[in-house]
Amino acid sequence: MSKTFTLDGKTIPFKDGQTIIQAALEAGYYIPHLCYHPEFKPHGSCKLCTVKVNGRQTASCTMLAAEGQVVESETPELNEERRALTQMLFVEGNHFCPSCEKSGDCQLQATAYHLGMMSTHYDHFFPNRPLDASHPDFLLDFNRCILCSLCVRASRDVDGKNVFALAGRGIKTRLIVNAKSGRLADTDFAATDKAASVCPVGVILPKRRGFAVPIGQRTFDKQPIDAYVDNRMVREEG
Amino acid sequence: MNPHAAYLDPILTRHGRQVVNLMQILREAQEHYGWLHPDAIDYLAEQLAVPRAKIEGMASFYAFFYLEPRGKYRVLFSDNITDRMLGNVELMNRMCRNLWIEPGKTSEDGLVSVDFTSCTGMCDQGPAILVNNIPITRLTESRVDAICDLIREQVPLAQWPAEFFQVVDNIQRKDMLLTEGFVPGSALQAALARGPQGMLAEVKASGLRGRGGAGFTTAIKWESCRNAPGEVHYVVCNADEGEPGTFKDRVLLNSYADKVFEGMTLCGYVIGAKQGFLYLRGEYRYLLEHLNRVLERRRQQNLLGTGILGKPGFDFDIEIHLGAGAYVCGEESALIESLEGKRGTPRNRPPFPVTHGYLDQPTVVNNVETFAATCHIALNGGAWFAGIGTEKSTGTKIMSVSGDCARPGIYEYPFGVSVRQILEDCGATNTQAVQVSGPSGVTVSRQEFDRILGFEDIGTAGAFMVFDDSRDMFEVARNFVHFFAHESCGFCTPCRVGTSLLRNLMDKLHNGLGSPYDLAEIEKLNKLLLSMSHCGLGHTACNPVLDTIAKFRPAYDARMLHQDFTPAFDLDWSLQAARQMTGRDDSGAHLSTVEEQNP
Repeated sequence: MSKTFTLDGKTIPFKDGQTIIQAALEAGYYIPHLCYHPEFKPHGSCKLCTVKVNGRQTASCTMLAAEGQVVESETPELNEERRALTQMLFVEGNHFCPSCEKSGDCQLQATAYHLGMMSTHYDHFFPNRPLDASHPDFLLDFNRCILCSLCVRASRDVDGKNVFALAGRGIKTRLIVNAKSGRLADTDFAATDKAASVCPVGVILPKRRGFAVPIGQRTFDKQPIDAYVDNRMVREEG
Repeated sequence: MNPHAAYLDPILTRHGRQVVNLMQILREAQEHYGWLHPDAIDYLAEQLAVPRAKIEGMASFYAFFYLEPRGKYRVLFSDNITDRMLGNVELMNRMCRNLWIEPGKTSEDGLVSVDFTSCTGMCDQGPAILVNNIPITRLTESRVDAICDLIREQVPLAQWPAEFFQVVDNIQRKDMLLTEGFVPGSALQAALARGPQGMLAEVKASGLRGRGGAGFTTAIKWESCRNAPGEVHYVVCNADEGEPGTFKDRVLLNSYADKVFEGMTLCGYVIGAKQGFLYLRGEYRYLLEHLNRVLERRRQQNLLGTGILGKPGFDFDIEIHLGAGAYVCGEESALIESLEGKRGTPRNRPPFPVTHGYLDQPTVVNNVETFAATCHIALNGGAWFAGIGTEKSTGTKIMSVSGDCARPGIYEYPFGVSVRQILEDCGATNTQAVQVSGPSGVTVSRQEFDRILGFEDIGTAGAFMVFDDSRDMFEVARNFVHFFAHESCGFCTPCRVGTSLLRNLMDKLHNGLGSPYDLAEIEKLNKLLLSMSHCGLGHTACNPVLDTIAKFRPAYDARMLHQDFTPAFDLDWSLQAARQMTGRDDSGAHLSTVEEQNP
């Protein structure tokens, strides 16, 4: 008999050491998330996966599952707060979906749709973030970075390269690459890197493939994000 | 040969070429060269075998590390509300005018830069500045002019008038902690006689709770750490006194350092640690040599080192680690990250530091004042200590009093003292509010002055900022909101973005463009910060606004245009940049007056 907790009234089995989101996703139950990825150590920064555990709010990607926990996720209150966080991510950077080649494959956009986000609500920050087109095969568009650090973790933990890192503090936090020039071309980044395919938004983009799949036939044109359950499946599909 | 190797090599050697010491390596490199040159980072990356992005990422997190030249003289104006009340903005403008420079920018000849920084812990003797990280207090117009002359004539800092650098203790009321006569080693002798278990039992009996603000029971921390499995255990003293308005740790370290170090050693004895760290905030860099001298003397007295007081196996030593300007490092897990030479981002908890702290080993992190208090528990016993203060808040508390009062400074009281009593003692008149425990604490209004300081009522880390009737409590809250936006570490979405959104809304109100809609937005943001943030910084960032809205509503209402909604955008305001570029600020450069002239 395995241990269980309840998620919105459903019984979810779990193994010792699993986090709430791991167990939920394994059971086919979607909890919104952006910085979480099943293949990497949880980061716990986007806070979209926040749930109520026994009445107390906590990030489900860092909270270990425990026998008998009562977890709430799909409540109007939590979804409203998740929507506000998503709006914050939109106004913090420069996200212009209609002109973005990641549109339809973007998890930020798909999450916004899922949460019923109708506008960005807050005043935009319009930060000035230059592009880096130095690499022959990849473009970096920092305007869309949501600081999830998935590329940082992929490059460090899988590729063993440390191509990416977070720099700065507070609202000035930014993604940098590991080169004195600050240019991707001067790093050992390669198209075959895990970090090349892990970006949930449109920062790390392969060149010359932007519209190979036409709008209308893309990942989230086919199904909404909750049908994919976790972002590993998003990538396989996408 | 890298041109920076000559000065970096001795620094690297001194720190054992250990990546974990990266922060101290960078600090010393910058103290030598003035800033962190890209070639220097190259060399360090190569020598320490770490990616240069790690060094850049870490350095750029801290306000006091410079990746670009910042001038031979780097002037930072402390920007706590108490500095504002003493006219720091006008003094800064005067300095910038004198030196012909813009705030935040380095002069074209590379001589000087002038900027703001968060509270430097000199609130009782402000307005204060840091020049190349050395504090100058009691700034006046004539002192500003004199400093400008010294800078223009490029007089080395060591030759500036000594009275500029005078930092006084300002002790106004003493109780157990601030009483002289402590004999170094006496508390250790008493603890050795009791044994580690016996000493722990006394700490337990004392009811001592952490003095950093959260008030966690010290004995539970020590016991959990003592029992936690791990190769080595560590003692860390949190001297990152970053909460604006707090300066009591500065005084303890300046004049009672023996008590602090002895308390750390007691903790090492109880939990079985051999290494302690004092995490000293970068703003207190000027205390480093003094503290190192005290440590050296204690080693010679056999109060540190191996076989302390002749007890075989009782080995303990203390190292000082300097911060570099990051309030969030006062949070214990962020402090440990910083101690490990990383960005000061709070960790996911659990696990807690008592089981997984410095280098993942069991670690006790306590405040400066907490450690000092343990000496008195060792000397006089837990029962004696528990008899002082109140039932749930035993012992005494040192308060840092500043703002509108005749006698600002340091006041030590048994817990349970009322706000009113402190106001009387410090000579405050016509007081409308007191901010207890800094921006993250509570705004106490006139009706509440009979409330007491203690964990059963107002828990406190020690800041006590007094505001009289002449002060605008909205501007107080706005200053605090700017502080949180500046100090948010940027790790989690709600705090990174939310504190800046909150700042923008408060600025909108300040600009006279507020509406009831904005108040509703502020309340929504506050709720989100409270429920979604990663650590205490985000949780408390809304406190000053919530408190002042609840208790000083007229200060907000005065700024409303009394409509449902007013946009933040203002056509005349947006021409600010154009006015600045053309050097014009006459009536013809403002839309409203142009419209009046040409109807």
